[in-house]
Amino acid sequence: MMSNNGVNFAPFWHNGPAPGSFYNFPQNNIKSNSAIDEYGFQRNGGPITTGTSIVGVKYDKGVIIAGDKLVSYGNLARYHNVDRVFKINENIILGMSGDYADFQFIKQYIDEIILSDFSADDRIVLKPKDLYTWLTRVLYNRRSRFNPLWLDMVVGGMQGEEPFLGHINIRGRSYTNDVISTGYGTHLALPLLREYSEKGPLNEETAQQLIQKSMEVLFYRDCRGYPKYSQANINANGVTVSDHEVKQNWDLALSIKGY
Amino acid sequence: MDAHLGCDFLDHPVSTGTTIMAVEFNGGVIIGADSRTSTGSYVANRVTDKLTRITDKIYCCRSGSAADTQAIADIVSYSTYFFENQNNRDALVSEVAAEFRKFCYNYRDTITAGIIVAGYDDVNGGQVYSVPLGGMLIRQSCTIGGSGSSFIYGFVRENYKEQMEKEECVEFVKKAVFHAMFHDGSSGGVCRVGIITKDGIERRVFFAPSVDEKPAMTPASVTVR
Repeated sequence: MMSNNGVNFAPFWHNGPAPGSFYNFPQNNIKSNSAIDEYGFQRNGGPITTGTSIVGVKYDKGVIIAGDKLVSYGNLARYHNVDRVFKINENIILGMSGDYADFQFIKQYIDEIILSDFSADDRIVLKPKDLYTWLTRVLYNRRSRFNPLWLDMVVGGMQGEEPFLGHINIRGRSYTNDVISTGYGTHLALPLLREYSEKGPLNEETAQQLIQKSMEVLFYRDCRGYPKYSQANINANGVTVSDHEVKQNWDLALSIKGY
Repeated sequence: MDAHLGCDFLDHPVSTGTTIMAVEFNGGVIIGADSRTSTGSYVANRVTDKLTRITDKIYCCRSGSAADTQAIADIVSYSTYFFENQNNRDALVSEVAAEFRKFCYNYRDTITAGIIVAGYDDVNGGQVYSVPLGGMLIRQSCTIGGSGSSFIYGFVRENYKEQMEKEECVEFVKKAVFHAMFHDGSSGGVCRVGIITKDGIERRVFFAPSVDEKPAMTPASVTVR
């Protein structure tokens, strides 16, 4: 395999992508051969101040998105009064997980979009699917330049009369569904949420209970969890963002002795 | 490492392995820091001043790389001076904090800087802003930073109260910093404290108590500006 016994094959292709290195599409001239470029920048060093799971549930008349109020610094529970769920406008709510600094960066651009909407004063306002698509394109572009925004986001809202719920991940892959979760929620909450949502459309009360249960499980089982969470509920009546606390049940501990 | 035969400071960048904190109180903010700058395990400067002036009433506490934080503080300080000249008004604490965040976020892969911005302005009174490693920006009423801060999360959680009186708050900051200095090898020296109110800054320096004793009540020096 190592030697071709003197026989040398012509290259399979010329001037095309070389696996392992950065490929410049025809009109681009991006130099990206070394780990550090001429300005001293390296590839994304990874997330630093992070938010953990977000959970989202669609019900018959609206959507609920919830996430705990913690931003962690590695293992350290650093900032514990932080909202990771936001009202964007009357039609859209957004939950973030991942690097909080990257989120603050993209939020400025989202705020500008909302402001332009307001200034245009033409009664046309951003809808959830618009934001969802925009975020997909932005995150995909950053991923393709090897400098991702380290974020996993859940967009929810009212697309006209219909509730909308979607997920965009760090690499710009997006999808919509009746139930969404990021981080640990994918493993812990999503199976539970899917079981209930597949039985039929949920009403607001069941959706609320599912969220509560998911947040409880996430607090028990996610090391980076926190018992206080905020939740955004959107429907035809508007958006309410509220604070909640997980009802913890540790009675189980009393019955365990030894190992 | 052994090529340098015990001089590990030749391999390490200069860092303000540090303890810093800032607390809002009734009338302004109190900022505190230790005074040790280390290169590996050598103390490069034992009397550092980590409470850095941006404007007369807005200061920052620096932790992380000494070079990076000094460079950024110099830039933000100039940028703020220019802003105040062009806008004919004093900069707000939030504006200075946002400027710090701009640099710390955009250069996040190149620098190591954990900064606390604290000061007084006449719109929102005393404010404290935290700009940690990734470059996020968050306002808090009490925040700690630097390597020594790990040791005092418990102490601060137990003893912090909102809107303390000035002297009570100075005691709290001083004790917290001394506790951190005791445990953290990268923190040490003296405890520098700054009290920022509408009248400007009053600086104090406290010497560390003997390891058996409780911290001294009277400061070694008081400067009012």
